[in-house]
Amino acid sequence: MSETAQVTDLSDERIKEMSALRRALIRPELGGMVGTVAVFTFFLLFAYDSGMFNAQGVLNWSIVSAQFMIIAVGACLLMIAGEFDLSVGSMIGFAGMMIAIFSVTLGWPTWLAIILSFAMCITIGAINGFIVIRTGLPSFIVTLASLFILRGFTIYFPQTIERKTIIGGIRDVAEGDWLAPIFGGKIGQPVFQWLGDVGVIDTFERGTRQGQPVVDGIPMLIVWAIVLVIFGHVLLTKTRFGNWIFAAGGDAQAARYVGVPVNRVKILMFMFTAFCATVFATCQVMEFGSAGADRGLLKEFEAIIAVVIGGALLTGGYGSVIGAALGALIFGVVQQGLFFAGVESSLFRVFLGVILLFAVILNTYIRRMITGER
Amino acid sequence: MKKALIAAFAAAVALTGFVSASWAEGERYVLVSHAPDSDSWWNTIKNGIALAGEHVNVEVEYRNPPTGDIADMARIIEQAAASAPDGIITTLADFDVLKGPISDAVDQGIDVIIMNTGTPEQAREVGALMYVGQPEYDAGLAAGRRAKDEGVTKFLCVNHAIQQPTVGERCRGYADGLGIDLGDAMMDSGTDPAEIKNKVLAYLSANPDVDGILTLGPVSADPTIAALKENGMAGDIHFGTFDLGAEIVQAIKDGIINWGIDQQPFLQAYLPVVVLANYDRYGVLPGNNINSGPGFVTADGLEKVEQFAGEYR
Repeated sequence: MSETAQVTDLSDERIKEMSALRRALIRPELGGMVGTVAVFTFFLLFAYDSGMFNAQGVLNWSIVSAQFMIIAVGACLLMIAGEFDLSVGSMIGFAGMMIAIFSVTLGWPTWLAIILSFAMCITIGAINGFIVIRTGLPSFIVTLASLFILRGFTIYFPQTIERKTIIGGIRDVAEGDWLAPIFGGKIGQPVFQWLGDVGVIDTFERGTRQGQPVVDGIPMLIVWAIVLVIFGHVLLTKTRFGNWIFAAGGDAQAARYVGVPVNRVKILMFMFTAFCATVFATCQVMEFGSAGADRGLLKEFEAIIAVVIGGALLTGGYGSVIGAALGALIFGVVQQGLFFAGVESSLFRVFLGVILLFAVILNTYIRRMITGER
Repeated sequence: MKKALIAAFAAAVALTGFVSASWAEGERYVLVSHAPDSDSWWNTIKNGIALAGEHVNVEVEYRNPPTGDIADMARIIEQAAASAPDGIITTLADFDVLKGPISDAVDQGIDVIIMNTGTPEQAREVGALMYVGQPEYDAGLAAGRRAKDEGVTKFLCVNHAIQQPTVGERCRGYADGLGIDLGDAMMDSGTDPAEIKNKVLAYLSANPDVDGILTLGPVSADPTIAALKENGMAGDIHFGTFDLGAEIVQAIKDGIINWGIDQQPFLQAYLPVVVLANYDRYGVLPGNNINSGPGFVTADGLEKVEQFAGEYR
């Protein structure tokens, strides 16, 4: 385990012969791929002319998917390392509220507010990890406690300081800040303006933005999602640290015997999950300009669902970041697509449950094929 | 695995049955609310737009964020705009968050009416045609003045939606109407019925001089009724509530609740559809905002309310 996975000699008699096609197909993210194709086929058939696949529609479900992806990457790596974090949703609310309090209420510069919030949240992540490691308690319980503690503070602080639970005006104080656009900005405006001018994208018909394209750039939220997915995938599959993550989640004791710093890996993964949640929160706060005490409600489960649809094993030691990203894509496309298809919105949970169930069943078959377990 | 795939296919085919024939001829209006799935009050809104859609022969859709997350609601408004309906009817639960998506929809050429939550000023600012609803602070103020006349001196306001600043305005208005300071009279009760009941019981035993209760909707009113029945204060303490529901109507009848403030949600859903349809068809538009409430419902004349409580009232 001290080296990255070696390319094994194919003529090794201990390894079962396998065709190249089979090897390319049978992988953790196969379930996610099948699901993605199925979901897009479904919506292309039933919601093609509903606006779902015009520029505005594509951006709409891409943003929602990107949100899921950001928290799914963190949750995925942590789950592979054998732990859960149920405080992700509360962390999102807490981080956003901290940024609002620092920048609006206390009047500090926005960049400082963002950096401080990141530092606080990553520290809380580290504390979560530390408690789990030190006490040996299930991370499920420890982070459930953080879920309540953080949510409580997220309601208490603004209620005490400002007598309200939503703090607005962040967009105004973030004006001209150097760090804020990295989370709340957009890229590629000239390209979209040109697309609007030549008529590929619709333009606003009236108001102050008349003539501008309805989609005027790619939000940084999506860029963050892509960067995090690539980072997570490379970290997990191409580095020694990635092997440690698998080992820590597969069998922590065995991993310790061969010299893997299991505790360090797990705590770092808790910190990374907190980092992802804070990225989510910062993007949201910078885009909408306000922080609310109810932000991020139930997002921890949405992250876990995306990861599980993507083929990761709840018990750790097995999974894929690309799979989790596909799971997030499926989740986002289904959630927004049902609206486009004109489905009664209370049925959303029914669809979600059905998809989750089929994904897990399919993933179990695929995993058995890969690992050879019965 | 083959079996699983066949089952998946069968399920997909079955589920497509739920995809309504939503691309019929005629105008299409989407109502986007901020309420989580668990809030039964919004059922009246759903019934209201469905009936309006039938009456004026247009297609209507109801959308809401499942958990009540306002940021998710912003995405739903963007989605609704992308599907190019003739009009959007929506609430302004958080002005900062929703201002962008709503004014984008307006600029795209979609007519917007703000209903329920928000203020007439905010509605004008985002470029909406009008506001249909009950101004929250004014309704609370009217309730407070009435309660003062009825002898309330110290009160408890049970707030089950503390994260929604507009709902809290009702408590503030009520306190101002009574002419006393809000102080810590506003309770963050949460939404779980058992918790609300026990918090109210605890508060009343710790503050025996409280002689008035205000609840902000069925979510907080129903458990409060149960609490008062339990500690024997039912009918003795002054009890006013916002909104109506089956339990509240029964309690008004039983003399436990003095009055319910009806903001008449039915009108908030029904009227925007009618207004939008007539605007699209004939270009006629009422010249002002529409106040759907407040209307005080007391034990007199409960018959219609009782008959349609939870459905259209």
